[in-house]
Amino acid sequence: MSNVKPRVKVPKKAEVGEIITIKTLISHPMESGQRKDRSTGELIPRKIINRFTASFNGETVFWTELEPAVSSNPYIEFSVKFPGEGTFRFEWVDDDGTVYDLEKDVKVG
Amino acid sequence: MQLNRRSFGLLAAAAAGATALPRAAFADEALVKEAIMAFTGGVEPTEGGVTLGAPEIAENGNTVPIEVSAGDGTEAIMILAAGNPNPGVATFHFTKLSGEIAATTRIRLAKTQDVIAVARLGDGSFGMTRREVKVTIGGCGG
Repeated sequence: MSNVKPRVKVPKKAEVGEIITIKTLISHPMESGQRKDRSTGELIPRKIINRFTASFNGETVFWTELEPAVSSNPYIEFSVKFPGEGTFRFEWVDDDGTVYDLEKDVKVG
Repeated sequence: MQLNRRSFGLLAAAAAGATALPRAAFADEALVKEAIMAFTGGVEPTEGGVTLGAPEIAENGNTVPIEVSAGDGTEAIMILAAGNPNPGVATFHFTKLSGEIAATTRIRLAKTQDVIAVARLGDGSFGMTRREVKVTIGGCGG
């Protein structure tokens, strides 16, 4: 699927030490490997996002291992104690090895 | 032939060396136990220390919102679904940059079942909680 699209909601500005909520979503079918193709009766091979990582200026902030029981278009919400101005980087790893990523700058204010 | 489901389950559980659990779904519980032991390194988690928010009734098992949280210093929280074909759902890892130790996601539940959260707490111990979610239309279908 080429229409995989990551989206992240992060505040543009925050006070140092403030707890900010980060909401992430990636459009992805999360094919569980349990479903059968109705026309052929064959199992559709598994293809999921198996790992999500959030980092800030290169340091890991939060990460998640995902199994096929996570819904399609996986949504993950978590929070961070804002360390100061910098760049958040978000990465989603597909079973096929593709890494989808997105970066967001947050300023102090 | 009177080898019914229950006696078969008992045999299977005995064969797997599983500890006695007062439930019909022995096979499921054995997989759940295995997943918990892999997460804790063989330590039996104690009740509590982690909270799990989930709807009592989920109309659509394809997307059930769940929320987990625990105290400061918690390193990881694993979520399991005891009645899915595979119990594993997701594991959240927290760091010193984490704000609140909490995370939210949406999961698939094949049928009415217990959702379980196990946390590796700040003091190195493990806490656990479980909660039943009634599912009207199961996920994982196809």
